[in-house]
Amino acid sequence: MAYFVQQLINGVTLGMIYGLIAIGYTMVYGIIGMINFAHGEIYMIGAFISIISFLFLGWFGVTWIPLALMIVLIVTMMFTAFYGWSLERTAYRPLRGAPRLAPLISAIGMSIFLQNYVQLLQGARNKPLPPKITGSIEIMEQAGFTVQLSYLQILIIVLTLILMVAFSTIIGKTALGRAQRACEQDRGMAALIGINVDRTISITFIMGASLAAVAGVMVTLYWGVVDFFIGFLAGLKAFTAAVLGGIGSLPGAMLGGLLIGLIEAFWSGYFSIEYKDVAVFGILVLVLIFRPTGLLGQPEIEKV
Amino acid sequence: MASITMDAAGSNSKMRDHAKEVLITGFIVAMLAVPIVGFHITDVTGGVGLALRFKEVAAAAIVAMLGRIGLIMMREHIALMLVAALSALVAGAIALQLITGYQFPGDTRLPFNDPVIDWLIVVVSIIYAIRAAWLTSHKTGTQESREKAMDQIGAQVQKLSLLLGPILLICAILLPMMPFAGRRLVDVATLVVTYIMLGWGLNIVVGLAGLLDLGYVAFYAVGAYSFALLANHFDYGFWICLPLAGLFAASFGVILGFPVLRLRGDYLAIVTLGFGEMIRVILLNWYEVTKGPDGLSSIPRPSFLGMPFKRFAAEGQETFHTFFNIDYNSGHRVTFLYYVILAMAMITNFFTMRIRKLPIGRSWEALREDEIACRSLGINPTNTKLTAFGIGAMFGGFAGSFFATRQGFISPESFTFIESAVILAIVVLGGMGSQVGVVIAAILLIGAPEFFRELQEYRMLAFGAGMVLIMIWRPRGLLAHREPTMHLGERRRWFGLFGSAKPATQSGGAPGS
Repeated sequence: MAYFVQQLINGVTLGMIYGLIAIGYTMVYGIIGMINFAHGEIYMIGAFISIISFLFLGWFGVTWIPLALMIVLIVTMMFTAFYGWSLERTAYRPLRGAPRLAPLISAIGMSIFLQNYVQLLQGARNKPLPPKITGSIEIMEQAGFTVQLSYLQILIIVLTLILMVAFSTIIGKTALGRAQRACEQDRGMAALIGINVDRTISITFIMGASLAAVAGVMVTLYWGVVDFFIGFLAGLKAFTAAVLGGIGSLPGAMLGGLLIGLIEAFWSGYFSIEYKDVAVFGILVLVLIFRPTGLLGQPEIEKV
Repeated sequence: MASITMDAAGSNSKMRDHAKEVLITGFIVAMLAVPIVGFHITDVTGGVGLALRFKEVAAAAIVAMLGRIGLIMMREHIALMLVAALSALVAGAIALQLITGYQFPGDTRLPFNDPVIDWLIVVVSIIYAIRAAWLTSHKTGTQESREKAMDQIGAQVQKLSLLLGPILLICAILLPMMPFAGRRLVDVATLVVTYIMLGWGLNIVVGLAGLLDLGYVAFYAVGAYSFALLANHFDYGFWICLPLAGLFAASFGVILGFPVLRLRGDYLAIVTLGFGEMIRVILLNWYEVTKGPDGLSSIPRPSFLGMPFKRFAAEGQETFHTFFNIDYNSGHRVTFLYYVILAMAMITNFFTMRIRKLPIGRSWEALREDEIACRSLGINPTNTKLTAFGIGAMFGGFAGSFFATRQGFISPESFTFIESAVILAIVVLGGMGSQVGVVIAAILLIGAPEFFRELQEYRMLAFGAGMVLIMIWRPRGLLAHREPTMHLGERRRWFGLFGSAKPATQSGGAPGS
């Protein structure tokens, strides 16, 4: 029982991180109908920027954790947003209206480019960061096994929930969110009624990139080690999460992320840690076969 | 008078717009560069430290701003000769320093301390100079007219491919016999032809059937591993395993394809990508069978009609060189491998060309264009897609077993997602469905970087950037030109010949009637 609860906590934490990345996929897919293949790379860059900002703050002696964390979050979100924006500008905007495969290929190219860009400039070795937030609460103890909920896990879960609420409000209540939903339904029509479609798409990329940046900060803190290749697998899993929850749906992305995190944690806890990725993709295939629209997705109506 | 002041005001606001554009470019580049370029995470004992590189950030921003100014001037036709002259000057100055090592007074080189970046600046400056000089005498065409011009080139190449194909083939056959062809060149050529074959195989799936497959490398891996395992456990040779490996890969493709082919394009892409990763993870962890990361070695080399390419024959065997009574040369095997893969690639090509004309090939292309129409015409989409998937997988399997026999050693490292991306890039960059396009793209993407091995660390960077740039420049691929395989209303050529011959016979027959 205790072991189960521990895996549950680990799974939820992991799921929150996947969910944050998955929101970026789902938002971009919703608005331009494309898989943003380089989104995992944006998350990787976010993780690098966060480790750099932590080191930079260390220089100036900012060691009070709440302040340092706030600064790192804001700085990382800002700089990563620039990457998200430039990605859209260079790899997607020139290809609007091109055949469907073209933006996908250019995004794959961008993903390869960004990976090697970071590798060249920061080196291929993985970068460790000493743990910043330590300590934990002991929840229960059973047969010599204590279940621990670390402060970091609490932070990740709470922060994700806050961001979720904030983003749902932006998309549900503000003019920007209305513009985004309008573009999602019909871009031409949205342009006709005076919505700046290009700008709305840019902002969508910026929002997705900032969420990926938060996920990057969390991963840096949680695992304490970052390398230039983490974006690929995390991106793939986050996309799986987005599809699992129903692509285009914000709560779906979060739900999918949670499920993927739980599956991964329980699979590594009870079966084998080597095959956890196989389990995740197996689930993806099963979902797509039996419920292609995902758990919370709306079926697409095909018009002739 | 009034109009002059209006003009002045107009050009003033224009100038302001240009200045804004340049400044924004500089700002964005600086913002992108500050975190990743500006700070370097260094390894120090017991952790990591930071090093500053702000000179590089400033250089990147300034170079980007200068480039933007050049672009604006070319776009607006301002002082083009000046742009051309300045770009040429920059290119010349940096090239001079790079070649002769001469240092101009003052620190005129970029602070990256990296000749590759300096050479990049040289190349870009040369492009600027040529473009600006060209623009002085030509009005710039619209995007559309340029597209049209490239389309025409694509159509021309397509037309010429009847002629170009055999010429390329003859060149390929003669290549190892050329005096300049060393072992390295043949090796690179073998690699290029392997990718051409993979590209043609994937072209069936992506180009003809329109199914985006991001996990093609899985079939390549299945082919390679099934050959290696068959050879290691049952002692079969290459020529027995080759069809078996293809068969395994094809059945694998069918099993894989059956559940996923009902999905729409993007989902299919991600599921195939997931499958590619799954195969790799299984190969990596199923140690009892695949030896995990250690890989499988001692894979037999192919023989020529049962005669191995060895210095000394085994008991009761004759080697290649003793049979033909020539001196032993390890290059023979390299050349032989080259011809094997060339033959396999040509079979792939021939098969694709023929199957396009068969009902199944036609329904692939129809399915690519409009699935709903196909269903209403009674084509079973799942079965049709499945054949395309299976056949594509089969060729992937053939290529995989060739890869195994050429390397003599395989490990999961060779079958990463990057391989799938490269093969897909070859197909898409060449122009989907174009057989000649695949050849050109493979030579560009595989052959050219092989000769720049010294720039190893920049290879993938340039590869990614190249993919983006080519897609922006030609979204439908370099040689995209879709010739419909069937014509409606227009007669096929030999009917045309018949038609023109007919009046002659009629007129010949007229006096008799």
